[in-house]
Amino acid sequence: MTALAALIRRDIRIALRVGGGALIGVLFFLTVVVLMPFAVGPDLALLSRLGPAILWLGALLASLLTLDRLFMADHEDGSLDLITMSRTPLELACAAKALAHWLAAGLPLIVATPVLGLLLNLDMVATGAVALTLLAGTPALTFTGMIGAALAVTLHRGGLLMAVLVLPLSIPVLIFGVAASQAVIVGPMTFGAPFSILCALSLVSLVVGPFAAAASLRHGLD
Amino acid sequence: MTLIDLANPTRFLALTARLLPWLAGATVILLAIGLYQAALAPDDYQQGATVKIMFIHVPNAWLSMFVWGVMSIASLGTLVWRHPLADVAAKAAAPIGASFTFLALLTGSLWGRPMWGTYWEWDARLTSVLILFLMYLGLMALWRAVDDPSRAARAAAVLTLVGAINLPIIKFSVDWWNTLHQPASVMRMGGSTLDKSFLVPLLLMAIAFTLLFVTLHLAAMRNEILRRRVRSLQMMQASRVAFSSGAREDGASKEVGAT
Repeated sequence: MTALAALIRRDIRIALRVGGGALIGVLFFLTVVVLMPFAVGPDLALLSRLGPAILWLGALLASLLTLDRLFMADHEDGSLDLITMSRTPLELACAAKALAHWLAAGLPLIVATPVLGLLLNLDMVATGAVALTLLAGTPALTFTGMIGAALAVTLHRGGLLMAVLVLPLSIPVLIFGVAASQAVIVGPMTFGAPFSILCALSLVSLVVGPFAAAASLRHGLD
Repeated sequence: MTLIDLANPTRFLALTARLLPWLAGATVILLAIGLYQAALAPDDYQQGATVKIMFIHVPNAWLSMFVWGVMSIASLGTLVWRHPLADVAAKAAAPIGASFTFLALLTGSLWGRPMWGTYWEWDARLTSVLILFLMYLGLMALWRAVDDPSRAARAAAVLTLVGAINLPIIKFSVDWWNTLHQPASVMRMGGSTLDKSFLVPLLLMAIAFTLLFVTLHLAAMRNEILRRRVRSLQMMQASRVAFSSGAREDGASKEVGAT
């Protein structure tokens, strides 16, 4: 347990220090959201209708962007080999790394959401709904994205290939995340149903992600 | 003859060499009968002659999912049993599955034009098949991204299995998304209400297409095995040349090149 806690602490520290790049995700998120009005026009009514979708897309892309660092840096300096050989089960170590990554790169996105909601003319309730769905949904993005990151590091190919592999897997999260936020703002649906499915998706990915990532690391590294 | 006997590629090649002509023949005969029956099937009272697209469209759609199932079993073979031919099977199946998925999309789109008045509708089934197509392409990109086949095989196996878990979830969520965004305005024929005059040719076509897949798959596996043999022969040759020219400078590489 202490080993895992140490791993989490170490990863967060590395991510937040110079060269870590966790906060670049937030900057990217901000830039994507700022770009949107240039594409669809500064119509506030339209922006507030598209707001949840824009925020969700931005968060999805931002969390994907930071994911290649999840194993790559550790692989380069050799600490990934130590983690693979240590007595802690690799599945738990992967889960710990993903958790640390979510804390360092995922949570700032959620913290930034209210500010970005202002830019998109979302009211308090809508912003709160989007932030809440992001809180429930981004772990699923991180934990499924981890599979792609593990594949990328074993293949020595990052970036675009990983995005192509991971994005289709994140479609359900996007659907239910946006559905739950829209339910609060306009929808005829209740908030509860899509939101609980979103939580379920996160929980499933919490189980499947570490096993798949550990399997791919174990089979792929040599 | 069990599955483990086929682990020897030479034995597999010999067996498939004997099997393939029969399979190809059976495929051709069944396809001919199926197409003939499909041509003879009556026009639908609402859709007219366009209903005949169904006899191509439905088998393609069925195979688009079936092939992923085959790849998942092959991936289990790679990861769990380390069967030497499993990754060959998985690799050979991916482009074939992608083709079937693409044909399902294409025929569906051609069918949709006269029926719904549009080539593309963000209908639940169309959308999930499109995502399936994207996942096939991603898998093929993964296979092509790495030059070492065994390394690519294990990565692709993990991705295939994750996809197999995720595909039902994607299907379910797309269904939800679709009902949320648009009421079911699309006219559909219920599967069970299908008339016998349609059902028999459809089943024939489904069997014929499945046989077609098995034939193509075995042929592609043979090609892949031969391709790997060529690759390892080339690498042996290259290392021999490199070794001999490194050890003895006096024209030894020429000698190796000559033999």
